[in-house]
Amino acid sequence: MGTLLAAQSHQAAGASGVFSLTWLLVALPMLGAAVLLLGGRRTDRFGHLLGAALPGAAFVVGVIEFIALLGRDGSDRALSQHLFSWVPAGGFQVDVGLLVDPLSMCFVLLITGVGTLIHVYSIGYMEHDPDRRRFFGYLNLFVAAMLLLVLADSYLTLYVGWEGVGLASYLLIGFWSYNPAYAAAAKKAFVANRVGDFGLSVAIMIMFAQLGTVSFQGVFAGAGHLSEGVATAMGLMLLLGACGKSAQFPLQSWLGDAMAGPTPVSALIHAATMVTAGVYLVVRSAPIFELAPNAQLVVVIVGAVTLIFGAIVGCAKDDIKKALAASTMSQIGYMMLAAGLGPVGYVFAIFHLLTHGFFKAGLFLGAGSVMHGMNDQVDMRRFGGLATVMKVTWITFGLGWLAIIGFPGLSGFWSKDKIIEAAFVGDGWRPWVFGLAALIGAGVTAFYMTRVFLLTFHGKRRWSEDVHPHESPLVMTVPLMILAVGSAFLGLLLGPTGALKTWLEPVTGVPGDESTALPLWSLTVLTVVLVVAGAGLAWSMYLREEVPVTAPRGSWLTRAARVDLYQDALNESLLMRPGQYLTRSLVYADNRGIDGAVNGLAALIGGTSGRFRRLQTGFVRSYALSMFGGAALVVGAMLLVRL
Amino acid sequence: MSFPWLTVIAAVPLAGAVAVALLPSGRSLLAKQVALGVSLVPLVLTVVMSLKFDSGSAAAFQFTENHDWIPQFGVSYALGVDGIGLVLIALTTVLTPVCLLASWRDAEEGRRSAKAYFALMLLLEAAMIGVFAATDVFLFYVLFEAMLIPMYFIIGAYGGAQRSYAAVKFLLYSLFGGLLMLAAVIGLFVVSKGGDHAFLLQNLVGTHFSPSTERLLFLGFFAAFAIKAPLWPLHTWLPDAAAEAPPGGAVLLVGVMDKVGTFGMIRLCLPLFPDASKWAAPVVITLAVIGILYGALLAIAQTDLKRLIAYTSISHFGFITLGIFAMTTQAQSGSTLYMVNHGFSTAALFLIAGFLISRRGSRAIDDFGGVQRVAPMLAGTFLVAGLSSLALPGLSSFVSEFLVLVGTFTRYEVAAVVATAGIILASLYILLMYQRTMTGEPTEETSKLTDLTPREAWVVAPLLAVIIALGFYPKPVLDVINPAVARTMHQVGQHDPAPSAEGVGK
Amino acid sequence: MNPMNYVYLSSFLFAIGAAGVLLRRNAIVVFMCVELMLNACNLAFVTFARMQGNLDGQVIAFFVMVVAAAEVVVGLSIIVVIFRTRRSASVDGANLLKY
Repeated sequence: MGTLLAAQSHQAAGASGVFSLTWLLVALPMLGAAVLLLGGRRTDRFGHLLGAALPGAAFVVGVIEFIALLGRDGSDRALSQHLFSWVPAGGFQVDVGLLVDPLSMCFVLLITGVGTLIHVYSIGYMEHDPDRRRFFGYLNLFVAAMLLLVLADSYLTLYVGWEGVGLASYLLIGFWSYNPAYAAAAKKAFVANRVGDFGLSVAIMIMFAQLGTVSFQGVFAGAGHLSEGVATAMGLMLLLGACGKSAQFPLQSWLGDAMAGPTPVSALIHAATMVTAGVYLVVRSAPIFELAPNAQLVVVIVGAVTLIFGAIVGCAKDDIKKALAASTMSQIGYMMLAAGLGPVGYVFAIFHLLTHGFFKAGLFLGAGSVMHGMNDQVDMRRFGGLATVMKVTWITFGLGWLAIIGFPGLSGFWSKDKIIEAAFVGDGWRPWVFGLAALIGAGVTAFYMTRVFLLTFHGKRRWSEDVHPHESPLVMTVPLMILAVGSAFLGLLLGPTGALKTWLEPVTGVPGDESTALPLWSLTVLTVVLVVAGAGLAWSMYLREEVPVTAPRGSWLTRAARVDLYQDALNESLLMRPGQYLTRSLVYADNRGIDGAVNGLAALIGGTSGRFRRLQTGFVRSYALSMFGGAALVVGAMLLVRL
Repeated sequence: MSFPWLTVIAAVPLAGAVAVALLPSGRSLLAKQVALGVSLVPLVLTVVMSLKFDSGSAAAFQFTENHDWIPQFGVSYALGVDGIGLVLIALTTVLTPVCLLASWRDAEEGRRSAKAYFALMLLLEAAMIGVFAATDVFLFYVLFEAMLIPMYFIIGAYGGAQRSYAAVKFLLYSLFGGLLMLAAVIGLFVVSKGGDHAFLLQNLVGTHFSPSTERLLFLGFFAAFAIKAPLWPLHTWLPDAAAEAPPGGAVLLVGVMDKVGTFGMIRLCLPLFPDASKWAAPVVITLAVIGILYGALLAIAQTDLKRLIAYTSISHFGFITLGIFAMTTQAQSGSTLYMVNHGFSTAALFLIAGFLISRRGSRAIDDFGGVQRVAPMLAGTFLVAGLSSLALPGLSSFVSEFLVLVGTFTRYEVAAVVATAGIILASLYILLMYQRTMTGEPTEETSKLTDLTPREAWVVAPLLAVIIALGFYPKPVLDVINPAVARTMHQVGQHDPAPSAEGVGK
Repeated sequence: MNPMNYVYLSSFLFAIGAAGVLLRRNAIVVFMCVELMLNACNLAFVTFARMQGNLDGQVIAFFVMVVAAAEVVVGLSIIVVIFRTRRSASVDGANLLKY
């Protein structure tokens, strides 16, 4: 822990040389978004090209900086670029600055690299959409916001990127917002994210109130002064933010609906990058979590629950995108679990995040390619036997499938296995509960991913009559191939060589040598056995046996998993309906209560004066009488006072 | 003697109002052009004045003018601005031409003359500038009440179906508050030292009162400002008035005129009655937090587009009041900035909603739907304005809202956390409104809607530009505000709480 | 003779006039009763002047007479106009100025 604090709190060197270009990383895609969104129809002709070129340019900048970073000492790899003073108010001074360090560099390369591939793919995928330019504008906006998120050097700047990606996600989920269900899904995603943002806001407030600063450097330097209770509160609030963004339990319900967006969006935002921002936040805030073991425990629990939850849901979905979304949720659960384990898990959380970014993006894009050939059909029970007609998609998707289930040698094997091992580290009940959860999750993952793969590409053709599947154009398949290669070999490159571990050490610290509750070799064997069992079960259920076109009723668990284990029903009955009731009754109370009191007072005054008005009879006699009466009163009063 | 900047800035629209009113009837286009031209003059003057403003100056007020008015009672005609007044005057002078341009066709249907409408708007501008510039309590009071007259006629003569109800309600509420304030003004004169320039703010600050007197005087002023702001539960006039007023009038009402309430709290309540302010702070903060959540919850359930926006403003005014009474530098700077930002974002929302309503001929949210398909620019600008209202980072309101929350948190943690829940509700009311009006397939009626005309685009563009610019670079405005806030904090005798973790910042 | 008797007489006349104003319906009679009250006041003024030994009361009596004469002119003409339009001089008939 001591090394960790020292690592992140020491003064980052000022950016010079190639690092003074860091601002371009954010500015380039931002420029694209501005041109495409403000330029309107005028930019229709070249919008998609510009939209794909700018993230590409950012990727080039990223690679140059990465190489430059490699050339520096391990302890000297944090460089900050101060841009401008943003919010100066008394003791609250926030400057916009960018921080390049090994951790953010991982993300920069992932976001710009995978992002560029997905942009290229979208050129083909969105070819027939009249609003393709607007789509690229939103995508560029997303890339800019995501880069700002990971490059920020203070929590408040991070927050800007944090909500910026939320906005881009909202716009892209609702890209076809003329469909009311899609518009509702977009809103749901934004609101669920806002619940998380509430946590992040409060965490930032605690930082300022306690430490007087919100910059990473200042917060981590002062973290040692925090009491454990405060650190726990801060950690839990950060976790709430992470849960919202990363679709972790209990804020997970929006991710499935988010599949309403075009498939490249699902690949980029809801699989590879944005949803992993929560993991980034937890790893980045490691110095805070290190001080709050209870908060860490909650992180692990959230991760474990989500990974099982997502895996169960994934087994029952027939919509290919929703099955993949459930899988994403489950895989991020793995990352979250690892991030909660402390230094022993940080590296593997990021490792799995990177490999997952590749293979899940590949899987989603593959699914998009299938949908492209199948008239946007998403029901896997209507697929089958596509391996022969869509060869490239089949092979690339297959590589992604093998990677995610942890086939020995491919990316997922290296990263996921390490998380399972890390989960078994320690003593007491924890390694058994969390390790077993991770282990079982691996088996279930193998089952549902094999199911997806077999239902889509193998077995009998169950297509509806009017579809004529065909392979997608090169502009779509080339990104698929690149991602497939990445899915296969990225793990090999980074894992067994220890490259990533050394690379991230300055940020995540050096874990001590800790022994696992079971011997390492037995864990590997167990995992492989479970994976084979899961895949075999799927094979026997979905390839050997006939797959009905309409879903059978299924067991209670299947039925529950189809409706996301009743999470929407729960949210609806616990939050939405009482909320609606509350707002409606408040409207009634406002009209009748507060406004009613005001109007009642007005009516009372009006009524009283109406009654007094009746005294004006118009008869001279009565006026004269009241004058006499008045005069008599005055005289009487005078006499009374005189006496 | 130096150039009387403030008098000139306030007098130009006043003279313009008279000139427009004297134009021959029937020349309504000429009247509009003259009004718009006149309203640009204070804008230019304000820009020049802002450039000459010295934010490092030690003086409390700059561009001061001081003349005897009613010397028998120590009343003087005294003007001057600090950073807070300056930014609010700038807000007024920017929004007025925008509103005039937006109201180009609003006053045409109906039997009232467009000429009078434009003259009233200019008159209102003059009064509001005067209020923000007044440094004499009595002058402040007179102008505070004078604002009501043009606004009463704007609502009552040019408003919607329920206009006379709304106008009378607005007037009665405001007059009630004004009367309490008048009593307090008189009380202040009696209690204070008296003599020449007795009502001058500089002479009143630091007056020592007995606690009960101070509290009574504070309550007199505060009641007026709380009604104007409006603070829960004194808010019910606002939805009616804002919904019935024509869009341009509603913008000036909610965007600028209501700011006089919160401005008054900063300008008069805190410096004149520091102890009473601290005494009342817990209650005011509670009311403000209730207002934040209450306004948001009511906004969610509204079925009328303009009422919805009015309720969001009640929520936002809760934030502003919260920041003022949290009495920390961050919160108060945030509140002042929020006044400006809220002016722009609400203006954008009201005006774009006004464009929608005039196209469709209905204010009911359910009568819309699918507008995004037929009028993408209209929908896009509406979304940006809405996102600013829900305080999305990168747009202007975020900076101010976050400053308010952070500043409040350092002193009142629970209040800040509860108020933060308002950001969740904010996303609900804005996105629900957007979903119900803009998304989905266009209905038979909405498919006939047209996109923004060039005139309307010119109305919206400057507002959105300011919203985005202040979101990314609020420093120039904050630099102007900060010294004034520091002075107020000094007058109240409050200091920012130090970072509370042990051993930090020593 | 005791001057107080004049005061009693004037109060008696005033009371008669007041009762007439309150009770009678005919505008002419009401009008005459008003005159009676004015004259009762005049009598009281003159009496008090005599009792106090100065001229103030007598002067005021002249003022009252002048005002009364002017009032007669205006009042009678109003009554005549009302009678012409309504064919009646009843004061109860002319109650248009009510709420």
